[in-house]
Amino acid sequence: MNSEHHIEARGLNKKFGYKTALRNIDLFLKEGDSLALFGPNGAGKSTLIQVLCSLLQPTSGSVRIAGYEARHDREALHQIIGLIAHQTFLYPHLTAYENLKFYGSMYGVARLDVRITEVLNLVGLSDCRNDTVQNFSRGMQQRLSIGRAILHDPMILFLDEPFTGLDQQGREDFIKLILQFRDQGKTVIMASHDLQQGIELCDRAAILKAGKIVYLQDVAHISKNDFRRIYTQQIGVNVLPL
Amino acid sequence: MCLFSFLVLIIFNFAFGSSLNFDQGMIAGILWVAFVFSGLTGLGRSFSMERDRGTLQGLILCPVSPWTIFLAKLIGVFLFTTVMEIITIFIFSVLYNTTVFPFLVPLGLIVFLGTLGFTAIGTIFSAISATAKARDVLLSILFFPISVPVIISSVKATGIILNGKSLQMVFPWLKILVAFDLIFLLVSYLTFEYIMEE
Repeated sequence: MNSEHHIEARGLNKKFGYKTALRNIDLFLKEGDSLALFGPNGAGKSTLIQVLCSLLQPTSGSVRIAGYEARHDREALHQIIGLIAHQTFLYPHLTAYENLKFYGSMYGVARLDVRITEVLNLVGLSDCRNDTVQNFSRGMQQRLSIGRAILHDPMILFLDEPFTGLDQQGREDFIKLILQFRDQGKTVIMASHDLQQGIELCDRAAILKAGKIVYLQDVAHISKNDFRRIYTQQIGVNVLPL
Repeated sequence: MCLFSFLVLIIFNFAFGSSLNFDQGMIAGILWVAFVFSGLTGLGRSFSMERDRGTLQGLILCPVSPWTIFLAKLIGVFLFTTVMEIITIFIFSVLYNTTVFPFLVPLGLIVFLGTLGFTAIGTIFSAISATAKARDVLLSILFFPISVPVIISSVKATGIILNGKSLQMVFPWLKILVAFDLIFLLVSYLTFEYIMEE
């Protein structure tokens, strides 16, 4: 790696036609950092994650992750990142096993069958291994989507509203997984509306408003209520006590 | 796809009867109308289904080049179209009371090159139009003007072969087909990454 920063985003701007989704975003994270992205709907959280994953190209600015330029080294970059997005990226007519087999083959995962069994156990879907995804509930699909994202053991995990559809058990299992991920020194970036969950799981927090980062701090020593007050001040909308 | 091509053959069969004069080149035209229009229904679905299911981003996120995704899609569409064409040729020979077996090798070569050409450019346009609301209309509008050289060359070459002429007679048309196939593949190689970006 050439840089001391694991993730470097400089001067990111993203426009969709006349609408500006990201405005001059600078973001620097070291390896093992975990960042929670907060903000109201339309603030640019998902867009920022998609630009960092090189699913979207920025209108201007650059992204460098683990030494790879997002624009030019996409294949190498995609090998080291995992993304859980709004969409599950799963093929509904394939079984849970077949979906993971497909994505595992695309990522060149070694000892794939063993790894699939391991991942299905981790996400609690080993009993549904041979069931087609179209028969899964939203929560089960989200669990499998988590399995798909971690199948190739990525160095960096991007999570965009990852708790969507998960039941209490699913949330607890996933929180354990994220904490395990952090303990392994991997980098996590999570977009969420859940302030409490976000600051519990991440050591840094950023607040986006109208495509701009208006707050970026270490939150390890900030109480939940203090953070709620900061969020309310920045966004201008009152939120329920944590 | 097969049903559509069968329908085209049936309609033309009712319109013109089963004993057409090969010299008019009409048979070749009917055959390629069935191939291209049926192929277009398959082309339209190759990317739109990925978009609708939300799996296209999952594919783009995989550590493979966009060109690999394009080739995989192209091979898939090409194989499905080829199967449809084999079945269509069989039905065609029954409905139009003609035998294609003496011309099977040259006809196969023409069908291969023609299909490669229109599926290559069709796959690119399918990716472009997949996000549009009127994607089927847009695909047709984009696809037909550009694919005209391939379709004309294929029809002309097929007509010559079905007239019992030698393969040498179709070389000029085959050269055009090969040239357009290469151009379409090259254009796809150069542009597909940008099409996938947004």
